[in-house]
Amino acid sequence: MSWIKTPQHVLAGGLALIFLFPLAWAAVASVSPQGGTAQTDGWGFGNYVTLANYQAGIGQYLINSIVVSTLTVAVTLGVSLLGGYAFAMFTFPGRNALFLVTLAILMVPYATLLIPLYVLLNQLGLQNSLIGLSLVLAMFQLPFAVFMMRISFEAIPAELREAALIDGCGSFRALRHILVPAVKPGLITVGLFAFLAAWNDFITPLVLISDSDKAPLPLAVANMRQQVMGIVDFGATEAGVVVLALPCVLLFLALQRHYVRGFMSGALKG
Amino acid sequence: MAPATTLEAPPEGAVAPPGAIRKRRKPQLAGWAYAAPTALFVLIFFIVPILLVGQMSISDWGLFAGNRGINAPENFTKVIDDRLFWPAVWFTLKYTVVTTVILLGLALGLAMLVQEASRWTGFLRTSFLVPSALGLASASLLFYALYSPQSTPLKFLGIDSFLGTPSAALWSTVALIVWRFAGFYMLLLLVGLQGISGDVYEAARLDGAGRWQTFRYVTLPLLRSSIALCTILCVTGSMLAFDQFYILTKGGPDNSTITIVQLVYNMAFFGQNNLGKAAALSILVLVALLVVNVLQFRGLRDKES
Repeated sequence: MSWIKTPQHVLAGGLALIFLFPLAWAAVASVSPQGGTAQTDGWGFGNYVTLANYQAGIGQYLINSIVVSTLTVAVTLGVSLLGGYAFAMFTFPGRNALFLVTLAILMVPYATLLIPLYVLLNQLGLQNSLIGLSLVLAMFQLPFAVFMMRISFEAIPAELREAALIDGCGSFRALRHILVPAVKPGLITVGLFAFLAAWNDFITPLVLISDSDKAPLPLAVANMRQQVMGIVDFGATEAGVVVLALPCVLLFLALQRHYVRGFMSGALKG
Repeated sequence: MAPATTLEAPPEGAVAPPGAIRKRRKPQLAGWAYAAPTALFVLIFFIVPILLVGQMSISDWGLFAGNRGINAPENFTKVIDDRLFWPAVWFTLKYTVVTTVILLGLALGLAMLVQEASRWTGFLRTSFLVPSALGLASASLLFYALYSPQSTPLKFLGIDSFLGTPSAALWSTVALIVWRFAGFYMLLLLVGLQGISGDVYEAARLDGAGRWQTFRYVTLPLLRSSIALCTILCVTGSMLAFDQFYILTKGGPDNSTITIVQLVYNMAFFGQNNLGKAAALSILVLVALLVVNVLQFRGLRDKES
């Protein structure tokens, strides 16, 4: 059989190179000499310097992104841990209805929700704020997160669950000491996906954040292109892409297993 | 979904222990207490906005002027009369069909290529999957630089302009989306492929089926539910396309690549500043999405029986 496979190997290897090429190119181009950028002769980090000095400075945008991502992950983890516990281990009136409504968030386009959320956040005094943005991003994560945590709790062996509650532990102590360690893989997957969604989301801050100093990184890099009298500094854009992509690619390589798990349990958002 | 085993009725419930009554009440309260944050979130950030968008769609609601009272059904008629409405619907449909066909075809091919587990296929899987780690906006910015005449490394392809004509802009965007999502759909299909037992292939081989026949009459039918999931995700995602066109083409050239969601955004925040009209269009999008998904589910169920 193996002699049949040689052309297949060549084809597959070629495809793999095509898939890797754009990322490799962006990394190389961001430090290579190029006309019309800050790095005109010789190799170096001129484009990153441009990026660092753009308007409020890349530091500010990085902080915005980190704040939004951290808040989104924390809120998503907290709400979905408790929610998953409730849906998996308790019966209460309205349980199924609440679960279905939570999943229904998936059926509604972002744009349909962002138009009223823009008005609503104004009324709540959360307009143009990183907290408001994080809460909205956490809401978008809830269907996946609550579903994931529910099946994680349901996958715990029944004996362990019953032992935890009957042993005279209150349900909260049972959760903290016995059940949280058991659902840790689920928490990592939920946290990873919440982080990636918050770090990468574009349309939500585009609609909800009007103050350019509060823009998260993707929005700031996209805005940067329209600057300087319509002449686009592609070197700085490439550097911005590298800064945006690096944490995602590293996380992906480190946590590939959890990625696959997340994708498999009903991957969301094409 | 598997029904949850609950602790409300413990196995020894027949011989009610002394604390049974207290115990039966408590889980309900506790259950609600744990579900309360979810309920609150869903109420404030989902239910209320849905009701509000309904109200906005039948009101004269400006971006700065705010609510100026009911004007139904003016927003809806204005949306349908908008000169960009039908072109946007048509373009979004075209884009959805093109993307779904190419993306799923390629993803299926990739899944077959990396089906067997080995070091080499492990490397291939990772290579195809890495682009999925990027945000769609980051990927779009990357391709924006990749396609620009100033910085492109793709001159050897002999393409004058990647984004200059309507069809070039469409195909360049499709290439970006295929690059970004092919690995993701490959993974979903791979899960389906690995669920097919080796015995089935063995039986096909013994019956004298060739490679093509095995693929056509064994693999494809057994993969139907995975393909269905991919189709639904891909159609939904493409119908709601925004980031890639906002960043790559800005709807150009000559408004030829404006999608529906871009039109919603433009009506609300760009030029027209008409939130009522944008709300009306976004409700039409929601309805269209629900109809398409119901049709897809029904079509798949019919095939199954």
